[in-house]
This record gives sequence, C-alpha cells and structure tokens, in this order.
Amino acid sequence: MKLNILKTALLSILFLTISFVGFASNEKGKNDQETEFNPQEMILHHVKDAHSFHLWEWHEKSVSIPLPIILWTNNGLTTFMSSKFHHDDSGKVIVEANGGKFVKLHEKIYQLNTDAIVIAFDKEHHPTNAVKPLDISVTRNVFMMWVSVIVLLLIFIISARSYRKSENNIPKGIASFIEPLVIFVRDDIGIPMIGAKKYKKYMPYLLTIFFFIWINNIFGLIPILNGANLSGNIAFTMTLAVFTFIITTLSGNKNYWKHIFWMPGVPVPMKIFLAPIELIGMFVKPISLMIRLFANITAGHIIVLALMSLIFVFKSVAVAPVSIAFSLFIAVIEIIVTAIQAYIFTVLSALYFGMATEEEHH
Amino acid sequence: MDLVTPGFGLIFWTAITFLFLLLILKKFAWKPILDAVSEREEGIKDALGEAEKARGEMLNLKSANEQILKEARAERELLLKDARDIKNKMIADAKEDAQEQANKMITQARESIHNEKQAAITELRNQVAELSIGIAKKVMQSELSSEEKQVALIENMLKDISLK
Amino acid sequence: MDLGSIAAIGAGLAAIGAGLGIGRIGGSAMEAMARQPEMHGKIQSSALILAAFVEAVALFAVVVSFLK
Repeated sequence: MKLNILKTALLSILFLTISFVGFASNEKGKNDQETEFNPQEMILHHVKDAHSFHLWEWHEKSVSIPLPIILWTNNGLTTFMSSKFHHDDSGKVIVEANGGKFVKLHEKIYQLNTDAIVIAFDKEHHPTNAVKPLDISVTRNVFMMWVSVIVLLLIFIISARSYRKSENNIPKGIASFIEPLVIFVRDDIGIPMIGAKKYKKYMPYLLTIFFFIWINNIFGLIPILNGANLSGNIAFTMTLAVFTFIITTLSGNKNYWKHIFWMPGVPVPMKIFLAPIELIGMFVKPISLMIRLFANITAGHIIVLALMSLIFVFKSVAVAPVSIAFSLFIAVIEIIVTAIQAYIFTVLSALYFGMATEEEHH
Repeated sequence: MDLVTPGFGLIFWTAITFLFLLLILKKFAWKPILDAVSEREEGIKDALGEAEKARGEMLNLKSANEQILKEARAERELLLKDARDIKNKMIADAKEDAQEQANKMITQARESIHNEKQAAITELRNQVAELSIGIAKKVMQSELSSEEKQVALIENMLKDISLK
Repeated sequence: MDLGSIAAIGAGLAAIGAGLGIGRIGGSAMEAMARQPEMHGKIQSSALILAAFVEAVALFAVVVSFLK
C-alpha cells in the first residue's frame, strides 16, 4: 500500500513538472497578446468545462482537439465540431447548422433567434437575442471521463483475466497492484460500514465509485491535459451523489423509515419535531457528498493555479521559484487528497447504505 | 454562480457512462476478482483447518504412543520386580535349605557324638568294671586275704573313680 | 466593499471554524493513537470521516462564496 502511494506520487510529480513547462509558456503567449493578465479569468477558464480540448499555444496559435457539439434544438438533433468556432469564445463567429445559427459565448452555446444576425448584449453582458438550446455536447470533461473509463476497463479487466490464468487464484502483474486496493474497499469500507451480512450486494457500486472518482481526481491533477476538472465539476459529483441517494432510498428497510418519520425511543412531541429534521437530513446527506467532492477538488485546482499565476501577476521571474515551490507543495497535498476524497465519498456512501439496511436492535 | 450550476450535458453523460462502467466492471472485473479473492481466502482457511486437524491427530497419536510406552515401562518394572523377588526368594529358600541341612547334620552329628560318647562311656564303664573286677580279683588273689580288707579296698577304689 | 470581498471574508471565517474543528479531531485522534497504538487503523479512518463532516460545513461556505 505504501509502495503504491509512493509510485503514484512519483508519477504524478513527474507529470506535474513536465506539464508546468507547457502551462507556463501557454500563459506567456496569452500575456503578450492581451494587455492585462487576469488570473481570475484564467483560473475559471481552467476549472470550468470547455467545448474543445485546448492543449497549448504554438506560434501564437491555439492547438486543441476539437470535440463534437451535440444540441437538441427545435429542429431536432444538431451536431457539428467545435473547431467551426475557430477558438472564438465571445460570440462573434456564427455557425449555421441544421437551420439554426449558433455562437459560443463563455463556453456556452447559444442559438440566435431567426431574425438576428449578430449577437446583442444587455448591460450585464447577457445575450438578448439568443436562447440556450439543450446542450449534450461531448465536452472536455466528458472526453476525459471516457478516457478514464477506458483506462479503468483496461486495468480491471486485465487484472480480472490474470486470475483466470493463474493457478490457485494468485494475483499476477497488475492484479497484485489492484488486489490490495479491492480488498481495502471490501474490508475497510464495505464490511465495517454495511455489515458482513449485506455488504456483498453493494460491493460493485462501492468499488466502481471509488476507482472512478480516484482516477478522475488524479487525471484532474495532470495539467498537460489542461486539468480537465471532471471530479471538480458539480454536475459530475451531483450525478454520483444522486446514485448514492437512489440506492440508499431504494434499499431503506422498515427500520430506516421508522427512524426518519417516527424516531423510536423518544417522547411523541420530540418525534413530531424530529421528523422534518430527519427528512431534511435525508437530502442533506447526498448534497454534502456532492459539495464535498466538488469543492475540495475545485479548491485544490484554484489554489495551484492561483499560486502559478502569481508569476504573471508580479510579472517577475524572481517570484517563479517561490510560486512553483508552493504550488508543488499544494499539488503533492492534492495527490493525497485525490485518494482521501475518493475514500470519503465511498465510505460515506457505504455508511448511508449501512444506515438504510440496519436491522432493529433495541 | 456559473461554477455551481450543474450543466445538463455532463449530468447526462456522467449518468450513462457511470451506469455503463458499473455494469461492465461488475460483470467482467469485480465478480471475477472478488470471487477469486474469496475463493483463495476459503482455500487458505480450509488448509489452515486441515493443518490444525492434522496437528490434533498428531498430538493424539503422540499421547497414545506415550501411553503405550508408559504401560510398557510399568510392565517392565513389574517384570523386573517379579524376577528380583523370585531371585531373592530362591536365595532365601536355598539359604534356608542349607541352614536346615546344616542344622540337621549338626544335630545328627551331635546325636551320633552323644551316642558314641554314651556307648564309649558304657564301654568304659564296663571296662572299668571289668578292670576293676580284674584288679579286684588280682588284689584279692594276691593281697587280700581277709574279707574286710577286700571290701575296704574296693570301696576305696570306687570312691576315686568319678565318672564323666 | 464589493460582493467578492465579502464572500472572501465569509470563506475565511468558515475556514477558521473548520480549521479549529479539524484540529481538534486530529489532536484527539493523535492522543487516542498514542494511547492505543493497536487501534491505529480504526481511529485513523473514523478521524478522516469526522474531518470530512466538519469540512463539509466549511465547504458549504466556500460554495456560497462562489455564488456571487
């Protein structure tokens, strides 16, 4: 276990150092073009989702992987590649597809009204003559999610196969790296939180969620991928929290609902008083799961990026060693946080399942 | 505000991707891995149980052996004791026999000595009596003319003779 | 003073509270581990879970400060 963490840490540090170089040159290019470097804008741009996978600037030109844009408009499904916007993010380039006119503004796709030719803004810089269609594009985060899914499938199916080949079920190769983690999830999360009798049913969910969150946390820390901040995106954490909530609610037994609506062992006025609190608690649990993961990962990214942008704020190379040292320090902490947050999310999910399936014992 | 507004697209894709991942991994990864691990654990548990059982049997066997050994030792002791007893008895018997024999011989010897002595005494007495008679005859023939003298002499002589 | 600075102050205050709370959890966990080193694993995982609960409150504040 210790060795595994060490391996992960070393690899991550390697990736970090490689990608900080690319990162820095990227920002410099921007700085030359624009008059003022705005750290807040840069950070938000990196933390939020995007419609193209921006890699680096090369000779004053952005190099990026175009991603498909999928929209559900009045004319039905509309798809085109994000490269059609030519890196425009201010709504100037109008793309016509499937009978609609689309612009990209702050990484949001807007459909212009039929009579509009140019996008118009009100005082607060909101577009007045355009609407947001239902956007199910494959964004940077979705793309990274699929990459992580492929990596996960490769790792786990290969390790599952290696058991079939070996005699006496002895793990070999990658499986010997994976097995302690799987056993950790089973023995330190599943069994103590849910109980030895019922944990088996929840193991696939717990294992999947643990490794899915962990690998996406790690991918988010690799800045050459421009920190596709998937696990720091509230939509992602919300979806996972909703899954936990659904499973908790569906597996709730009589005892669980009794503890929510008619708390046993307390006087009747107290029961009436407690019922709404418990009912709110039922929803607060997944909400806190959602916020915890989202805010932890996003905060980590913001801190690393903010420390890096100190160099450009002060416009001095002398600040660079200090800011790099600090952001490296935070990045190393973040590597630990990736595992801890995945663990916390899984352990709390297991705890809620355990609460929902607990038998009456008094 | 934008940061904490979940986008529909990502929710949609996350849900689909996660369900897909869950189902695929459940079938092709978690089930084989967990089964293999638990199978191996069961195997180890069984093997440990077997070993424990074998050890118990071994222990039983050992204690049985010890019991047999103890019994054998006790029997040997008993046999040795018997033999020693027999030996002692035989020696004692022999001694007794010898003693008896000796005693018998001594008694016989004593008896025969006594008898011999008695016979000798009787003979001696007879001889003495004959001698005395002879002496008396001679004395009487030669010296003793008178009766009184003869009697006095005889009595005198007889007084001197003490038997035994 | 604009809304952003007020949000920053709020986040800072929340950080103080969470810092105190997590500090207490960490301190107590350390003491408990020193007293019972054989319970090390169990204490560590429950301390992590408790820290996560405390942290959640601070993170709610952080999210509120994002809401500007």
